[in-house]
Parts: sequence; C-alpha cells; structure tokens
Amino acid sequence: MKIGVLALQGAVREHVLAIQACGAEAVVVKNDGQLAELDGLVLPGGESTAMRRLIDRAELMEPLREFADSGKPMFGTCAGLVLLAKEIEGQEAAHLGVMDMTVARNSFGRQVDSFEADLDIVGIDAPFPAVFIRAPHIVRAGADVEVLCEYEGRIVLARSGPFLGCSFHPELTGDHRLMQLFLDMVENRELLPTEAHYSKI
Amino acid sequence: MSEKGTDRVKRGMAEMQKGGVIMDVVNAEQAKIAEAAGATAVMALERVPSDIRKEGGVARMADPRITEEVMNAVSIPVMAKARIGHITEARVLEAMGVDYIDESEVLTPADEEFHLLKNDYTVPFVCGCRNIGEAARRIGEGASMLRTKGEPGTGNIVEAVRHLRQVNAEVRNIVAMGEDELMTAARDLGASYEFLKEVKLLGRLPVVNFAAGGIATPADAALMMELGADGVFVGSGIFKSDQPERFARAIVEATAHYQDYALIAKLSKDLGPAMKGLEMATIGAADRMQERGW
Repeated sequence: MKIGVLALQGAVREHVLAIQACGAEAVVVKNDGQLAELDGLVLPGGESTAMRRLIDRAELMEPLREFADSGKPMFGTCAGLVLLAKEIEGQEAAHLGVMDMTVARNSFGRQVDSFEADLDIVGIDAPFPAVFIRAPHIVRAGADVEVLCEYEGRIVLARSGPFLGCSFHPELTGDHRLMQLFLDMVENRELLPTEAHYSKI
Repeated sequence: MSEKGTDRVKRGMAEMQKGGVIMDVVNAEQAKIAEAAGATAVMALERVPSDIRKEGGVARMADPRITEEVMNAVSIPVMAKARIGHITEARVLEAMGVDYIDESEVLTPADEEFHLLKNDYTVPFVCGCRNIGEAARRIGEGASMLRTKGEPGTGNIVEAVRHLRQVNAEVRNIVAMGEDELMTAARDLGASYEFLKEVKLLGRLPVVNFAAGGIATPADAALMMELGADGVFVGSGIFKSDQPERFARAIVEATAHYQDYALIAKLSKDLGPAMKGLEMATIGAADRMQERGW
C-alpha cells in the first residue's frame, strides 16, 4: 500500500513516520506525476494559505481534484482539513472543496490558546491524545458527513466517503491509531460509502 | 481537561512552519503582500535589519500599533521581536497575543549576560544560534524553535551558510559519538549532557531549525534548504528588492521546490536587482549582530 504525503509545506516528516510505523509505504509528493501510483493521500498540517499558493503554482489543483474524484481516500489534518472543506467561513472560495462541510479557521484562538487534550473518538478506545495548534473546526457537517469526534461541542474529526479530516495533529504524538483508521479506509476502499449510497438514504 | 503552552504545543507550531518562508514586515500592507505570496508567517518589526544597520541607534521591540495592525491584516501567524533578556518586552508581546516571539540579536540586547527564561511563557520563542552549544542553551531556556543567525541585514549568505554547516556538522558528530564521549563533548560545547543524549537518540535537533541572516535571492533560500534548513527567514531581502511581490513569490516557490533547478532558473529570471548587500570584511567586529547572545 502506497500512501502519499503532499509535501509542499508543513509537517511532512511526521506523517511519513506515522505511515511507516503502520507498515505502509510513504511517498513524498511534490508534483502531479506522483499521484497515479498512490492508494491514498495525506494533506498535512501547515499553513493552508501557503499550501494553496504552492498548489496553484505547481498546477496541482486539478490533479488533486481528479484524485479525489477517483475515490481514492484522502486524510487532511488541520490545514489539510481546511483544504478538503467545501466552504471556509469568511472566505469566498474554498480550496479542494471535496468534503461537504464548512470549516472555521483559527477558531480556537491564536497560538497562546493552542492546547493538548484527550479526545473520545468513535471506534477508537479513549483517550486519544490530540494537539490543537491554531486549529480550525467544522462548523457545519453535510448530510453525508459522519461526525467521529466533538470537543467541547465543536466537531473536530469527521469522515465522508473516502475523506477523513481532523482539526488536530495526530502526527505530533506517537499514537498512530487515527492513521491506522485511514489506512483501513484505503485497504477497504470498495466498502466505503459513495455519493450514490447517500443519495438513497 | 486541556493544557496550554506545553512543549508539544509550542514546538508543534514550529513544525507546521516547515518548508516555509517567514518574512519580515514593517506594516499591514507588507504583511498582506507576504501572505498573498505564500509566506507561512510574518515577523512584525519597526525597521528591517538593513535599516537598523544603516541608521544605527538602539533597536527595540516595535511600536505595538505596528504589531497590532499586522495581526489584524493577516490570518497567518504573526511573530515579533523582543530584545535579548528583555522580560517586559516579551511579556507585552505575549499579552498582545503574538503567535511567536523572536528573542533576537537583531535588536540591541537588554541584558548582556542572561537570556529570557522562555520556559516561563505560554507563547513560544525562536532564538538564533551559530553552533550546537548556543542551540542547546537556548533550548534549555525553553526556545521551541531555532534559526541559525547568519549576519542579518547584509544580503550576504556567507554567514548563514557557515552557521548552518557548523550546527549540522556538530549534530552529525554527536550522533556518531559513543555514549561515553558525550560528557566531555558537553563540557567542550557548552551544551548539557541531557541535551546531547537527546540529539544522539533523535539523530537531529529536538526542535525545528530555520536559516536566517543574509538570504537575498530565491537561489539563496534554496541553498539553505539544500544544506538542511527546515525553512527560511527572509528579513531585508524581500522589501529591499525592486519588486517585492515577485521576489516574495519566487522565494516561497524556490524554498518548497529547492531541488527543482530548472524551476529556480525560471523564478530568478528578470527579478530585477536584489538588495545591494554588504561584504563581511567591511563590517567591523562591533557591528556584527551574530556576536550578540551568550
């Protein structure tokens, strides 16, 4: 199983180590030619505005959207969550816009308000240690978005079809259970709910 | 229960900056240009290092109005500089909600013996270093991020290269040492034994290390990445160039794709003059900012 980490900017090394610790092969992705060989893609934490500029200049936006359309799973953490969202509060345009949700950026405050907390995540034994850094959160989750974790009434982890996104940084702790959950999504891709599935509900 | 200001939260914020460019800005307009160009953070200050060098006098923390305007203008993190050892400037910046404080040798030191005890603060700090001993002492005091010092405001990369090579060579030496050699190395380097043990175990510094001090072109930025920097600070280089917007964009792209040499060639074309720059031999020992810090 080959999992890419979008490596334009941000915490790339930490995701690579987490992927390898779970027994999969990690690929550092800088251009569209590398996407074809992947089974899944991680959009790491970093600065979403900087990543967006670099995505545009490397002409990666369409290839990334095609990757998303192909049904191959994507996992966005923090800035990656912002990239996945269909809508971003206070901004006219979204980035990839593939996950039906609205995300508010820096919604827990500035760096002095950044924090660590233990989370209760659906399907993972509590506690799950999480690091929130100038973190966003999901203010609106669409009908096909499954909420996997809330922290103090805010949605901080959700899944929709092949997309998994979280506000915090699982890559900054040694706990790889969320990465394993993503790798399980990649492994069992054909079992993931599709848009057609949701439209029947 | 949640906990703020932990090492993981403070160091983690620097991890998110990796591969990025942090740009010096002196007003909201420059901050917006930096953000639009793809900077991962901005450093708010009153004068860029080359102006501090030219104008002389005591360089202090920026007027809070400037920092506040920058904070209101952009959504990316805002860093600001406090003088070495100036507890009150640092506390003021923390109270204002600045995202990172640079305890910086670019400003005139307030204390020629002691640095800030950065462990005491919720806000994280970045500090300069030229070798692993300085790096160890700053991390010991609580710095969550490092930058090699270079020689600020010169537009000359030579000192930045020297310092990054020095730090990385010393890290490689520590990693290769036997454990029984570490205590003597600790004595010789002015680094704690515990710190050197951690470096040996990790195979690298325990915090992110950016390059700074003299980066003036996209190729300079890419060179520092090639030499192993986690990212770059660009001070005077952008807004002292002829075309700041283009310069800023080119440096961001060159940093991200530092081994794509055809791309760097394209980015560097027709950028116009970079900042003029200074030859090291023309700077007297007393004017070398890198000598500040202990």
